[in-house]
Parts: sequence; C-alpha cells; structure tokens
Amino acid sequence: MSEPRFIVVGGGLAGLMTTIKLCEAGHRVDLFSVTPVKRSHSVCAQGGINGAVNIKGENDSPELHFVDSVKGGDFLANQPLVKGMCYAAPGIIYLLDRMGVTFNRTPEGNLDFRRFGGTLFSRTAFAGATTGQQMLYALDEQVRRYEAEGLVRKFEYSEYLGSIRDAEGVCRGIVALDLRTMAVQAFRGDGTFLATGGPGMLFGRTTNSVVNTGSAAAAAYIQGAKYANGEFIQVHPTAIPGEDKLRLISESVRGEGGRCWVPRKKGDARPPREIPDADRLYFFEEKYPRYGNLVPRDIASREIHDLCVNKGLGVDGKLVVYLDVTHIPAETLDRKLGGVLEIYEKFVGDDPREVPMRIAPAVHYSMGGLWIDYEAGTDGFPKVGSPRNHQTNIPGLFAVGECDYEYHGGNRLGANSLLSCVYAGILGGPAGASYAKGLKGLSADLPSGIFDEAERHWRERFERIRKMSGKENPYILARDLGETMNANATIVRENKTLKETDDRILEMMKRWRDINTLDTAGWGNMPVPFVNQLWNMMELARVVVLGALHRDESRGSHYKPEKPQRDDANWLKTTITTWSKDGPQFTYDKVDTSLISPVARKYD
Amino acid sequence: MSKMVELRILRQEGPNAPKRWETFTVAFRPRMNVITCLQDIQKNPVTKDGKTTTPVAWDCNCLEEVCGACTMLINGRPRQSCSALLEQLDQPIELKPLTKFPLVRDLVVDRQRMFDALIRVRAWVPIDGTHDLGPGPRLNPSVQGRAYEFSRCMTCGCCMEACPQYGAGRAFIGPAPMTQVELHSMHPASAMHQEARLHAIMGPGGLGDCGNAQNCVQVCPKEIPITDAIGDLGRQLTQQFAKDFFGK
Repeated sequence: MSEPRFIVVGGGLAGLMTTIKLCEAGHRVDLFSVTPVKRSHSVCAQGGINGAVNIKGENDSPELHFVDSVKGGDFLANQPLVKGMCYAAPGIIYLLDRMGVTFNRTPEGNLDFRRFGGTLFSRTAFAGATTGQQMLYALDEQVRRYEAEGLVRKFEYSEYLGSIRDAEGVCRGIVALDLRTMAVQAFRGDGTFLATGGPGMLFGRTTNSVVNTGSAAAAAYIQGAKYANGEFIQVHPTAIPGEDKLRLISESVRGEGGRCWVPRKKGDARPPREIPDADRLYFFEEKYPRYGNLVPRDIASREIHDLCVNKGLGVDGKLVVYLDVTHIPAETLDRKLGGVLEIYEKFVGDDPREVPMRIAPAVHYSMGGLWIDYEAGTDGFPKVGSPRNHQTNIPGLFAVGECDYEYHGGNRLGANSLLSCVYAGILGGPAGASYAKGLKGLSADLPSGIFDEAERHWRERFERIRKMSGKENPYILARDLGETMNANATIVRENKTLKETDDRILEMMKRWRDINTLDTAGWGNMPVPFVNQLWNMMELARVVVLGALHRDESRGSHYKPEKPQRDDANWLKTTITTWSKDGPQFTYDKVDTSLISPVARKYD
Repeated sequence: MSKMVELRILRQEGPNAPKRWETFTVAFRPRMNVITCLQDIQKNPVTKDGKTTTPVAWDCNCLEEVCGACTMLINGRPRQSCSALLEQLDQPIELKPLTKFPLVRDLVVDRQRMFDALIRVRAWVPIDGTHDLGPGPRLNPSVQGRAYEFSRCMTCGCCMEACPQYGAGRAFIGPAPMTQVELHSMHPASAMHQEARLHAIMGPGGLGDCGNAQNCVQVCPKEIPITDAIGDLGRQLTQQFAKDFFGK
C-alpha cells in the first residue's frame, strides 16, 4: 500500500514549520516555492516573536497575552485559535532557541524580552532586529536536514497555479509552473498546504517583498475556496518612503524607547535637533499616556494620518513624522536594533543614532486571507490533530500563515505574526496528516485523467498569455492598481471612493485583456507568470475593496469616517467572500467570542 | 529636463545563448537604487537607441538586503542591487550576472550549489524533536552576540564570487558554508556534533582549499568576519586531526 504524499506551497515560516511537522511524523513532502525558501518574505520580520515567558518578573501570563491579542484584533478573531497560539507561545520560543535561533540574552544568559505594541508587558523575544530572518534560517536548516534524509523534495523557482480537484471536489494535487523551463506540470498530493503569504503587492509599494502578490491565495479563491475578512489590511505606522518599496522600521524601535514626534508649530523648518523639547509634540505620549508610543498599529497609523493630513502638522507638510532614538545609548541601539538602523542608514544615508528618522505609514500585513476551519474542545483550546484545523472549504486544501485569515481579527499585534506562522504549522501539519489517514484512496492511485486535464487547462492559459500582444504594459497596469488601492483602501475609507475604486479595478480588468506580454521566450520568462499573477491580484483587490465597502462600521484596521464606531450589533461577524463569475459574493459568519466578551477597546 | 541614468546590461537569453550588451536610460529620482532602474525598464523595455527589447530578467525579493536574492556584479563588484544606490555609483552603471554560478538568464544565476554545501557541512542543530522539552540552554550574551554575526549570512554569493578558489569545476565549497560551520560550533547542543562538520570540511573541497586571499570578507554586505571563522576552523581542524590520529 502506498503512503500519503503532501504538498506544501511556500517556504516561509508557516510552510517550513508545516513541513517539519509532517516529516517528523514520517511523511514525505514536496515543497514548492517561487524563490529559494531561504529567501522567503519571513526574512523581513524584524522586531521579534511574542510569548509570555515572564522573564522580567512582570507577572505576565499566556492568558494576558491572549486577552491583549483578542483586544488588539478588536474582537474579530475566533478566540479558541488565539488562545491555543498564546498558550503555545513560550514553548515555541524555547523550541526555536533549541533550533539555534540567536535570540538576545539577559546578563544571566536567559532569553531577553522587550516591549511591543498593544501590551504593557515585555513579551517579545528577539534576535537583534532581524528576528524573522533568524527564525526562517533555523527552520530552513531543519527542513534541509529532512531534505538530506530524503523526506523533502524541493521545487524552488516553481509557482503554484491552481489545485486539482476530483469529481467529489477533493483537492488531489496542484499544477505548478517551473519559472525557468516554463513547464506546466501536475503534482499529486493527498494534503495540500498553501503557505503563500500576504497580498501586499496589491498596494504597489509596501513593506512587503515582491513575491507577496497574493496570487496563489487568489487562485484558490477563484477555484472556490472562501476568502475571509479580506478588507482588513494593516498599515504599519513606521516605514521609510522609497521609490521601489517602503522599508519597514520595526515597532521594536519604539519598544526599546524610540519616541515619535512632530514640531508643535506648523511649518517649523528648523532641523530636528535644533527643536527643543518644549517645541516638540510627542503626540502618542500626550494622547495615550498608558501605552504611549506602543499603541497598536491601526491606532498609531490613524493618529499619524490625522496629524499630518487633517491637522497639517507633518514634517515639511508631508505625511512624515520623526521617530527619535538619539537619546538611547549607541551601544544599546547596536545590540538590540542594529539590523533595522542599518537599513535606515543604508537606504536614507543618515545615522539614526545622531538624527531622528523620518518615517511614514505603509501597507504591511493582511489580517484577512483564505477561510480555514478549526475544531475546539470544551476547554476552549483547539484540538491538535483534528483534520479540520487549517483546512479550507475545499477538502484536502489547507492554508497556513499570512495567507489564512485566523488569529489576528481586525488588527494584528506586533510580533504576533512570527508566532502565528509557526503555530499554524504546528497545528496544520498534524491536521493534514490525520486528514490523509482518513482518505479512502490516495491520489497516487487515481487515474491520470484529472491531472492531464488540469495540465492542459493551464498550458493553454499560459500559451494564450505568452501570445498577448495588445497595448497595455503589465507593469504599468500593476503600478496603477497599486496606486489606486494605496490611495483609497488603506487607513481611511470612504464609501464613495471605495465604489469608484471597484469601478477602476473593473476597468483595469478590461485593460488586462489588452496586455502586451513583452516577452515570448520559453525560458526564464518573467512577464508571462506576472501577467497571470496580475489577473489574480485584481480579483483579490475587488475582495478587499468591496469587503470594505460593505462593512459599514469601523473596527481594527478598517476605518470609515462615515461610521467611526465599532458596531457589534450588526458587524461582529466574519466577512466571507466567494468567487462567482459575476464578481465576489459576500456572506457573514458568526465570530467565536465564547472566551472573552467584547468590550470597548481603549489604550489611553 | 530631468537628469538621466545610463545602464549597460549584459544580456543572455539562456545558458547557451550568445551574450550581448544593451544600454538603457531611465529618469533619475533621489535615493533611487538599481532595482528601481530595472523596474523602470520593465515599464518601458526600449534601449537607448530606441530598439524595443524584452524586460531584463533578474532575481530579487525583499529589496532591503536581508534575502540575498538580488546579488549581481554592479560596476564589477558583487553586491545586492537593492542597496546599490545610484548616488553612490559611477555611470554608466554596468550590470553583469555573477560569474561563478551557472547562468539562467540575463542577471539571474543558479546558486543551488551554495545550498547543497549547507547539506554537506550539516548546518543544522540535530534537535530531538519539536515536542515541548522546556527551555533551551542558557547562553553567555557575548557568545550570542558573536553567533549572531554569523547567523546573518543570507547565502547571497558575494563572498563566493570574490573568492579566487571558488568556481565551476573546482571542488572548494567556498567561504559562506564555513561561516555556518563556525556558527554551529557556538550553539551548546549543535557543538556536540561539530566533529561531523569538521570531517565534512577536511579533504578535497574543504578548508584546505582556501587560498587566504581574504577577498570574501571585503565584499560581504553583512560584514560577517568570514576570515575569523576560517582562522578558527583551521584551529578546530588541527585539533580534530590530532584527535583522529591519536584519539581512537
């Protein structure tokens, strides 16, 4: 009898942790990634990973972490999963330490922890200011160990195009595009995991990496997977404006004592260091005395927007504020924030140890993503090993990491994403294994019909794309999409503008049909896959925009000046979007708030 | 009229295709990097002489010098194109693919050999499992600080490109994997398995192939003290030779 095979698409933290869990149980995994997995976007995470280890003796606990995370998400998260994640967090940090993540240490040699947004506790373990990179490398090494043992086959420079479903609608494998040979090939699998990250590129220039198109999740959505809470897009308050991307300046900079300010006087043109304290407006500290510079990101970004756009107090009249660490000793900065200050120095040219940084908000993370199921026990915890965990509504298709919608509700707390990615793998891997155990027949034993048919479908589509010779440049179209989305569907959302934005996306979908693919080569062709991705991005952009239009309240990252209050009576519910040929269809699901009752969300 | 930037790019449609130079001009904006130029060319793939061509193929991802993808030769020096700011470069800017790795297309090369070397040197902690075993070992903060320097290696290939001993047809596994052998000697649990790693860098292709040119440390974008690692591994190897010879 043959054994089940698993497919993991995406080699960031969630994909690698899923792979490790499957291999540890003795299973074989085919790991697909558009980039060598060691270069995945998880490397960009800087500040750290949350876990209530209570090293500082602050009486922190996983329960408090759970409460902070649910409140930070404005009560939109299904609570059992958040609870499971927060209680597992200390063990996850210990595991990563055992795997060799170079976490900073206290003088006694213990793991060090620092402050982050949306909590009053020092709960964030960190490796300098490149924690995501260090964690990814540790998991990459563990996966390489299984690769050496023959349990993992890597398909790098290989892109997921779609899943293959049998007559009962069960996912039996995937079709992938080899980005070098341009070969379209079907792969059989008994459990398929999408770990393909967020859709930042919908917004053009963001803190995200260029692979974060959301195209794989969108492809699953187009094939019938439900997409949830798509309208919840996190804008990070502190990034460096740039021509090609907006580079993140980690929240940990404020966690270590960095202070945001603007000149009190509109148009004060003095260099920042010549502005005395009395003439500086430390706007977070004044308005939020308890949390100060560490209010959650949705609140911080809105505050900066209000200050700069509505009150005109931005530095040089722009959407820019100062982030100041010049009062912190240079030795501390180098030891705890070196990686991030280095980025500022390299890309801006100023030394942040000497001159306050000039920063602006930037699209950073999607709380929304593919809808996934879970099974909770009577104790309020998710049941590890339940095949329902992390499974989409397409049987056999699972989603883990930023591409799923769980854990963060309407707004993610800083340093909870590295945690949720690892936890998703810990929960997802065993779920896939028990799902496959319950299968009646394995995909390897199926006749080749559905696989041949899927290959043929995608080959034809790519042949059509390769021959597109219209007038539209796909990269200009992508830029237009990004600029439109960034201007109209981020910090402040107006119903009228959202409606117009959807109309513009529909126009862009027409323009897409008139694309010139620019390159007809059958080897290493970059425009052809990009044109395919771009269509998926537009489909997903509509999910974000229309989801925002329909949700007539303000909650977490979703803010409408027309309806500035959270409206639990009507909107304490999960947005579910289903693809149809007439456009996205919206329904709403109940949120599991059985463990913590929603209360007003306050940080002042 | 706005200031223009000129780029000369070495193009090649595949491993066996002929090489050709193409020159492009793009409009200058402050704080622009090489990636922005390549993105501008995607939006208007026309050479300086007005000839329509294909967009240039190149590898990139994070655009903030932590993923290692976008390494190429920029004015002859191996470095990441994201952190290559135009204000700091002489023009015309010359872009070439790395030469020590098989070419894929244009500026894209295949650095798989670097990842294979990480298997050879067993660069992982052989943990007992992912189940809860409580806290890991305590660690001296200064050891953590030293380990952190080596753990930032992003397998970008700059040191490999600069190394005169490394290249196609040569056995030397190159400087980057050595930093990972050194890194794992600092982790309390991983250090228990250092002997297997030292054996992996003995013999052909191992540390003995290092010619001590010290180019690696000059070009590392993360300023990893690669030559310190090589020096220390030399000492570890000497002890291991003695142990292998007398100890058994």
